[in-house]
Amino acid sequence: MAQITSLAEAIAAAIHDGDTVAMEGFTHLIPHAAGHEVIRQGRRDLTLVRMTPDIIYDQLIGAGCAGKLVFSWAGNPGVGSLHRFRDAVENAWPGPLELEEHSHAGMANRYLAGASGLPFAVLRGYRGTSLPANTTGVAEIVCPFTGETLTAVAALRPDVAVIHAQRADTAGNVQFWGITGVQKEAVLAASRSVVTVEEIVDVLEPTPGAVVLPSWAVSYVAAVPGGAHPSYALGYSARDNDFYVAWDAISRDRDRFEAWLADNVFGAGQPAVPGGVIR
Amino acid sequence: MSHAPDEMMTVAAARALADGMTCFVGIGLPSEAANLARATHAPGLVLIYESGTIGAKPGALPLSIGDGILAETADAVVSVPEIFNYWLQPGRIDVGFLGAAQLDRFGNINTTVIGPDYADPRVRLPGAGGAPEIAAACREVIVVIRQSRRAFVERADFVTSIGFGDGPGTRERLGLPGAGPRRVITDLGILEPDPDTCELTLTGIYPGVSVPDVRAATGWNLRVDPDLTEVAAPSDAELAALRALRATKPSGDQARPATTAPATTAPATPNRGAKP
Repeated sequence: MAQITSLAEAIAAAIHDGDTVAMEGFTHLIPHAAGHEVIRQGRRDLTLVRMTPDIIYDQLIGAGCAGKLVFSWAGNPGVGSLHRFRDAVENAWPGPLELEEHSHAGMANRYLAGASGLPFAVLRGYRGTSLPANTTGVAEIVCPFTGETLTAVAALRPDVAVIHAQRADTAGNVQFWGITGVQKEAVLAASRSVVTVEEIVDVLEPTPGAVVLPSWAVSYVAAVPGGAHPSYALGYSARDNDFYVAWDAISRDRDRFEAWLADNVFGAGQPAVPGGVIR
Repeated sequence: MSHAPDEMMTVAAARALADGMTCFVGIGLPSEAANLARATHAPGLVLIYESGTIGAKPGALPLSIGDGILAETADAVVSVPEIFNYWLQPGRIDVGFLGAAQLDRFGNINTTVIGPDYADPRVRLPGAGGAPEIAAACREVIVVIRQSRRAFVERADFVTSIGFGDGPGTRERLGLPGAGPRRVITDLGILEPDPDTCELTLTGIYPGVSVPDVRAATGWNLRVDPDLTEVAAPSDAELAALRALRATKPSGDQARPATTAPATTAPATPNRGAKP
């Protein structure tokens, strides 16, 4: 059964230095508050897995939490570059960042294999591209029935998946809808999971297109209203497009980024960290 | 009504989409053009975004491929594994509409790294996203990209998404189901692959642009189709629709490729979305 707890306690219990952590949410329902909590708790040498690293991993990379990134598209959607990601890759600041790079279809299928308890997934993909020669986890495979050459991608099995959802009930069953991305597969592929939610309700009302993760398939649930900002939770908030645009200038400069972290992640009014903030 | 080169490019790209087509839409320039097509001559154009939104009908231009307005107006919203495995992979989608940072003479797209060494890139770009499988599986691909010597290169530094590979026969040898890039629409004109050599060739040119202008913005010895045609300037109705659409997009410049510095005019203070 999922344990309903505070965000700080959930992150402290679930995520350890050196873990492989997948924070998912495809533009919608990105668990930003949980990302900030990982930064506050000073986690180091994480292998961060995510299809679209986006602002959430730009912040974790810039804060020095990551040793490796497994991903398929590292940009600020509709705006431009992720400058902390680029600074890490191009200049090894604040430290070197190892890359394992795939396509969206490949990453989605890698989660699918992990959730299905399979060592790999099969797709038509990557053929004729420079990706297989420059990354791991991609190989050619011959169909045993037709002889056709297809592509195999290695399963993703993160230690921890972190997602944000609209609702949970008091038993810890989780419900989310709108663009549901790859979150169900990420949680089922991972050994542990943390789910932040907009609200905890007595009973989950059926909602069209909703995904429900039963309480026994989830490790920790924490109520964090607004916990996706600047991403959004359909029915609760709108995507803060102005923040995505503003992030370009904040993240371009190392000092300005660190000042932003100091004010917005470590600053006054942030929840207390078990064992104290590690910087 | 006079117009900017970027407006001509977006209008030309929109015209390439026919009413009733299914279109897998990439971020930035392609999204703007696809939404313009839907707002003008192709109200029945089916917009499909990799976020899993099928048949999205946004009234305002989305900044990302996963804005709430796409989910709220879609015919169906499916998971990300489903959009790639069930909808894209089997070849159900008519046209893939893609942008690029670098494009070579055989229509291969690079959105990964600039420079010869992947491990030590001169510029790190965002990477693949959905493009490699869109480029492989859609019945045809249209690329929308601003033309310059830096972007139009003899050989892509990294093939993120394949066009015609090394030339004729590559796609067939690899078993790629789609026909590949049939049109490249730039801010100077329109390029199409030569039917025999697969090399991108200038087939359309915009009013006020000369062939030497286009050659000067191309990093290979560009061939010009003997039947080169002048593309009609944007009509007043097309320009009015495009400008109305652009007025709905958030501040910031979503059209600029990641290799250049995007100008930002955004407010420094984030504006928290409120619960409705």
